[in-house]
Amino acid sequence: MATSVPDPSQKHQRREHGLMLALVSPALLVILLLIVLPVGWLAWQSIYHDGFTLENYRRVFTEDIYWRSFALTFEISLAVTLIALLLGYPVAYLANSLPKGWSILILSLVVLPFWTSVLVRAYAWLALLQRTGVINQFLRYLDVISEPLALAHNTFGTVVATVHILLPFMVLPLYATMQKIPGDLMQAGASLGASPSLTFCRVFLPLSLPGVLAGCTMVFVLCLGFYITPELLGGGRTVMVSMLVSRNVELYNQFGAASAVAVVLLLSVLAIFFVVSRFISLDRVLGQK
Amino acid sequence: MTMRQHFGLGCALLGAIGFGTAACAAEQITFVSQGGAYQAAQTVAILDPAAKKLGITINQDSIPDAWPAIKTQVGSGKPIWDVVDTPTGNCLRGGEQGLIEKLDFSKIPNGAAMPEAYRSPYSVSYEFYSSVLAYSQKTFPKDAPNSWVDFWDVKKFPGRRALRNHPFATLEAALMADGVAPDKLYPLDVDRAFRKLEEIKPHITVWWTSGAQSAQLLNDGEVDMEMAWNGRVSAVAKEGAKVSFTYNQGILQSTSLCILKGAPNLGTAIKFLNEAVDPVHQANLPLQIDYGPGNPKAFETNVIKPERAAQLPSEPANAAKQALMSYAWWSSPAGEAAEKRWASFMQK
Repeated sequence: MATSVPDPSQKHQRREHGLMLALVSPALLVILLLIVLPVGWLAWQSIYHDGFTLENYRRVFTEDIYWRSFALTFEISLAVTLIALLLGYPVAYLANSLPKGWSILILSLVVLPFWTSVLVRAYAWLALLQRTGVINQFLRYLDVISEPLALAHNTFGTVVATVHILLPFMVLPLYATMQKIPGDLMQAGASLGASPSLTFCRVFLPLSLPGVLAGCTMVFVLCLGFYITPELLGGGRTVMVSMLVSRNVELYNQFGAASAVAVVLLLSVLAIFFVVSRFISLDRVLGQK
Repeated sequence: MTMRQHFGLGCALLGAIGFGTAACAAEQITFVSQGGAYQAAQTVAILDPAAKKLGITINQDSIPDAWPAIKTQVGSGKPIWDVVDTPTGNCLRGGEQGLIEKLDFSKIPNGAAMPEAYRSPYSVSYEFYSSVLAYSQKTFPKDAPNSWVDFWDVKKFPGRRALRNHPFATLEAALMADGVAPDKLYPLDVDRAFRKLEEIKPHITVWWTSGAQSAQLLNDGEVDMEMAWNGRVSAVAKEGAKVSFTYNQGILQSTSLCILKGAPNLGTAIKFLNEAVDPVHQANLPLQIDYGPGNPKAFETNVIKPERAAQLPSEPANAAKQALMSYAWWSSPAGEAAEKRWASFMQK
């Protein structure tokens, strides 16, 4: 009896799997070589320096400066996320409800700053916000103020510039989510006698919440690792976690002291993703599914 | 890449695959500095003339911060570099950690002739710069601040201020503001310095982190006075900004030359080290860039005109007004503790 006649469909499936693996393997290899290995190596250095040591972590968890920097970084990230949401939601709503031509224009305006480097944008904000900057000079010309306002070289300047840089990460997931909300639902609400504001609050807003969560997560997590903006606009007083990483390389002359800080930050980010994933699928946060 | 560097590379390659030929028998070293306009200036003033005089090939490399590379190269047991131009503190720390060769000054007569404060068992000063008090001439057309006491005096000299976000030179300035004489600073009274810094902290608008930032602050009128490196201030002034600085109570800092432990061309490296601090080569450096020679004898060569000399941080009369930074103190345990304390001071 022929027992080993191969099932042609199974063979086909195996071939397809093999092909898919071959297609993703370059990407996997790049991720492995350029991200997983170096990050793993750095993490290893944080616990191994002439023998196993937890000294680097003891420092992170016992010295004041680390705690203060982590607290400040989370505060700034929270502020940036909230402001980006307040600014981004109406933009996404408008892009969603206007005719196609307008929405393309709005979205391109949102994405346009992406083509300029973060460094250039930070300097541009400096030119706007500093004592002799455009805003202060304009306000003084109008006689609104007699003394220039302290807009740059502090946390305020850092938050403004960071919001500007991260706004697209809020608008795009919001827009993608709103696009999938069927317009009929709004009409159904209206036909049942609800005012536009009531349909918005009861129907549209709840349906857009996954987009809100996705956008907030992206902005918050990206903000946690900001470096150039606080460095240039923070006046030296706004010490975010990434700045501690670079400072520790200088101060302790070994990567372990710095990578311990980075590992703690990375774990915080993973924890945030874990919590968020309990509410919505991570696909929604990372890709716009 | 210049022809000379091509030649050196070719020789290295030939050597690597075992084709040592007569043409490649010429001695060579690998010299490392910090790149940019600074390394270009050295190449004209010191490196090319020294290579010619010694008949050696100097292969150049550059890196902004040599310290991690020194550690890795010597740690691997097979360093590639020979001579490094790096902040003096790195040479001292490297010497203590066994990463830098101890120098035999009997083979380095030019170095031996330099004042003791300008060299260490592991290094010789190569060039000087200074952390000075710079100010806007628009804000202070006359009666400008002229000392750290003035900088701390916010009533007599109102205006916005900036300091470097780093303890080097800043602690020294604080102590001078508190009345310590420039030649009596070390060992630094760290507690006293931080107490004095607390006083001025509310009046500091920006704690700058890069030289470019300090230049921008002064140029844009963001601050009325600040601590900055002399070369940065003079560059801004040359661009036409109304700014100036005083060497009074400046903090004189240096980079030094040192040789990696187990350097591949140790003998040639020592010969080069001696040649690099030759007074005439050294005198040529400030003709190219706003840094002072590491060897004070350069001022006796008549290569530097008196009016140019007067602008330089290490010119004897200017040097006398300043404090000479003690890298030995900064790389001591007390110095390292002070450096670590800086971050908590900034965040308070």
